[in-house]
Amino acid sequence: MTSETISKTLNVSIWRGAATGGYKSYSVPRRDAQSVLDVVTWVQRHAAPDLAYRFACRVDVCGSCAMTVNGRPRWTCRSHVAKVIEDGRLQIGPLANLPIVKDLVTDMSVFFDKWHKARGSFSGRAGRHDPMAAILPDSPQRAAVDEAIECINCGICYAACDSVRWNGDYLGPAALNRAWTLINDQRDCSNKARLQAIAALGGCQNCHSHQTCEELCPKGLNPTKSIAGLKRLSLAAYLKGDLA
Amino acid sequence: MSLRLYALQRMTAALMIPLIAGHLMVIFYATHNGLAAAEILSRTRGSLFWAAFYGAFVGAAAIHAAIGLRSVASDWTRLKPGALNGLMWGAGAILLALGTGAVIAVVMP
Amino acid sequence: MKHPAPVRPSATGHRRNTLWLAAVVHRLSGLALALFLPLHFLFLGAALNGEAALQNAILWTENPLAKIAEAALVFLLGLHFLGGLRVLVIETLAWRDNQKQMAAAAATVAAVAAFIFFIRAL
Repeated sequence: MTSETISKTLNVSIWRGAATGGYKSYSVPRRDAQSVLDVVTWVQRHAAPDLAYRFACRVDVCGSCAMTVNGRPRWTCRSHVAKVIEDGRLQIGPLANLPIVKDLVTDMSVFFDKWHKARGSFSGRAGRHDPMAAILPDSPQRAAVDEAIECINCGICYAACDSVRWNGDYLGPAALNRAWTLINDQRDCSNKARLQAIAALGGCQNCHSHQTCEELCPKGLNPTKSIAGLKRLSLAAYLKGDLA
Repeated sequence: MSLRLYALQRMTAALMIPLIAGHLMVIFYATHNGLAAAEILSRTRGSLFWAAFYGAFVGAAAIHAAIGLRSVASDWTRLKPGALNGLMWGAGAILLALGTGAVIAVVMP
Repeated sequence: MKHPAPVRPSATGHRRNTLWLAAVVHRLSGLALALFLPLHFLFLGAALNGEAALQNAILWTENPLAKIAEAALVFLLGLHFLGGLRVLVIETLAWRDNQKQMAAAAATVAAVAAFIFFIRAL
């Protein structure tokens, strides 16, 4: 233990409650290289055993620990307190745009329902006896897929998106980003239906290109770019009369 | 918003690119020595070109603004779809009516 | 008994994003223009009563406050036009990465145009 780790405390306020509730203050010992997840864990273990929160890997891989930190959605395991603290203030809340189950835990069902609504799952027609699809890794379509495929459904883009906040029907950046990777997947055979899905009432046309999703995605993805691609495809299909 | 409204909004926007560029040029030209009714009307009265130009502009702007207002209201108010559509049609009708009146006012010989 | 408004978690820190601001500016300028248009049309409609009626209406705008308002409108039109052009480019052409620079350029050009309008009008 170095001398920097002793006798310094951090005042942190954490959301307690559900849809209504309030921020409660806790005094947490400050440590070197402390992450926001470390802070939440300390509070649950030493100050508030009934604090509800989610985490899994703790090492920046799974996306389970996403919470709102000083107003911005982040992965708390990779958010160093020293980097996110503002004027000595640290405020931790649940992800926005999702119903709150308790404290820092949200109900992500609607996020995944929209994933399905956007036809965000693969459907192929080849069987085991068919030849393997030859997909060139540097083809423009595969390049488009590769750029957007790394999404792990952490929900940060959804929580950050104001179009989601303002429009309950909007499918959101993650679902549409995934749909874009499938539309560009030569092996997928449900693109006609997928195009209908992403151009329906909650579809890609609701995106106002704020690019908040791109700014905050921990994987460095750009859903706005994917959605722009969907807009091009759906507008072209609409003008050709291929869409309702 | 529906894809149809989105498409109409973007198409009227595209249509208005040359119209707005032209209008800004008209604004700067017409104000170079201060505005004067006689000057303006001498250009526009009886002109088929200005009738077509500003007629198209009014039509496109009325549609574009109406759909835009509907979008904003849909995001920022709690109005239901019926009311949103009413707002859109109402705004569009008002802009179209007043705009047509303005075009007629300046192009009638 | 008065019930206090429910306290909700605060989550708007992401709005320091330049492109979010560009989108809101685009929206607000559009709103302002939509509200201005009927007045503009009514004003021009004065010509229905003859050239003198239009000239009277124009004279009514020969004052500094009206000139400031006109310059502001030129600014709003320029902003909405150039910002909208950026949106059309995003939505119809291949993606380009320099969105923040494009948004800043749009705002700058609109401001310059409005400034030129204003000093000519003085």
